[in-house]
Amino acid sequence: MNALTPHLSALQIILPLLAAPLCTIFRLPRVTWGIAMVVGVLCSFNAIAILEQVQSSGTIIYALGGWAAPWGIEYRIDDANAFVLVIISVINVFGILYARTSIPAELSEDRISWLYTAWLLCFTGLCGITISGDVFNVFVFLEISSLSTYVLVSFGTDKRALTAALRYLIVGTVAATFYVIGIGLLYALTGTLNMADLAQRLPEVTAHRTVLVAFGFITVGLSIKMALFPFHTWLPNAYAFAPNAVTAFLAGTATKAAIYVFMRLVLTIFPAGFFANSTIAYLIILAVGILGAFVASTIAFFRQDLKQMFAWSSIGQIGYMAIGLGLATSAGVAASFLHLFNHALMKTAVFMAIGCLFVATGSTTLNSLKNAGKRMPWTSAAILIGGLSLIGIPFTTGFVSKWYLVTAALELDMWWLAALVLAGSLVTAAYVWKFVETAYFRTDSNTTYTRSEAPLSLLIPTWILVIANIYFGINAQFTGTQALRAANAIFGFSS
Amino acid sequence: MTTFLGLLNYWVVIALMMTGLYIVIAASNYIKKIIGLNIFQTAVFIMYISIGKVSGGTAPILTGQPEIYSNPLPHVLILTAIVVGVATTALGLALIVRIRSAFGTIDDHDVRESVNE
Repeated sequence: MNALTPHLSALQIILPLLAAPLCTIFRLPRVTWGIAMVVGVLCSFNAIAILEQVQSSGTIIYALGGWAAPWGIEYRIDDANAFVLVIISVINVFGILYARTSIPAELSEDRISWLYTAWLLCFTGLCGITISGDVFNVFVFLEISSLSTYVLVSFGTDKRALTAALRYLIVGTVAATFYVIGIGLLYALTGTLNMADLAQRLPEVTAHRTVLVAFGFITVGLSIKMALFPFHTWLPNAYAFAPNAVTAFLAGTATKAAIYVFMRLVLTIFPAGFFANSTIAYLIILAVGILGAFVASTIAFFRQDLKQMFAWSSIGQIGYMAIGLGLATSAGVAASFLHLFNHALMKTAVFMAIGCLFVATGSTTLNSLKNAGKRMPWTSAAILIGGLSLIGIPFTTGFVSKWYLVTAALELDMWWLAALVLAGSLVTAAYVWKFVETAYFRTDSNTTYTRSEAPLSLLIPTWILVIANIYFGINAQFTGTQALRAANAIFGFSS
Repeated sequence: MTTFLGLLNYWVVIALMMTGLYIVIAASNYIKKIIGLNIFQTAVFIMYISIGKVSGGTAPILTGQPEIYSNPLPHVLILTAIVVGVATTALGLALIVRIRSAFGTIDDHDVRESVNE
């Protein structure tokens, strides 16, 4: 292993990238699943090794192909992206573990290998977005992950998956192009695409209005990619009609990588106070986050389909991450990072449990949930705990995130914001209650019900994540420290 | 060079960009939307290429004597972006083929009506 140690960052990309075409050669479903699983596990260990390396010896700077930074592309991994990388890689493993039984229930055999090909490419892209230290390279990886996400969404059984994928493609491409316009303008001003160089050179040219225009294009482009309200229109249908395993995977990873890049660009590349109105920019992000948290959660309440409901809930939760970001203090950003981790855990668990429901009943609507508390106690309990976590009940991860966020708001004497965050929990509680009422209390006493729990191969990955939800809710030592370190790394390229 | 004609490239870029974006938003036919997307992306390609051009510069080939040459980097970047654009167009059109066989139409309005959205 010692010979590989300096090249861990490159391996993280190369492994899934090479495995993807392998899946198209070995077309057997079981074999392709095996390839994806092995690569997923290797990448997780790799990501954890990278995190340890970053913590023991500081920022990893990896010059691709041996070309040093301003000329070549470099991967630059510090506390912030190493943390995000671990989240993405670990969620990916559970996604693949879950897909083994979940995918054959929705897809014909001959298409399964294509799904894993797209899945591995998507994972490659997400890792690349996270670790790259070059803004144009980020665009390339963004498009690798986005293009394969469109394919993944189109695998859904409902024909509306096709239109959801196409609409996502159109909006997603406009977003990526906006981002390219932004970095093109930055390149014209500074002559560099390297993030560290940009952070150094931008303060010299802040007088130009071009910086402001570039900032606008980049933030809007990335807001669409991370589904920040009001740029979220692609998300509900894409999540609702994608295969269940894909939804679980995307909910925990795709928007997370985009949020990380957003934080990196808005807070590191454009340093605080770089233009006269930067406070206004942060306030706008804050306001948009609050609006998103309330509006999306309210819409979630009115959805009859569980996947739709929790997709809207994702948009609301991204709003909370934006609130932490908009505070632009290290406590606020730490809260965002923490919520990024926690939300990945809870939402993946919830979507997996919804997938269990689909396998057992063939439907994900609220109506199919009647008596679910008795018919499928484990599945219902998983959704319930995930829901409680979303609300922020003590002893769940959601509580820890909310605690950090409220503390960060109080540090700045923003009592109104703390109150709003807590009020947001009430709106979340409303739609979670809707689920509880249907699953546990709307029982028809005259119909007999049989126990029809989902297979164990689906319940096990779901419950590992549910238990992780409780574990990290009680013991927030690890996540709290990591999130704080990540936030400090965002506020400057320190090692 | 900051005359209207000196900035001609950028005026073209803005015109194409707005045209493309307008088509993406306004057209209800999916293929027209994809065409709009292409025009929008082409505008960005022209923007990058214009940024790299140095007036009087030649191609950046080593000939031994010092001379003015254009910045090749933006052109290379756009080569990548063109590939991404081609992939997006291909995927978009493939999805449209499948939408047509599933819904019998490629019009956004009709598709929405058929599923009561």
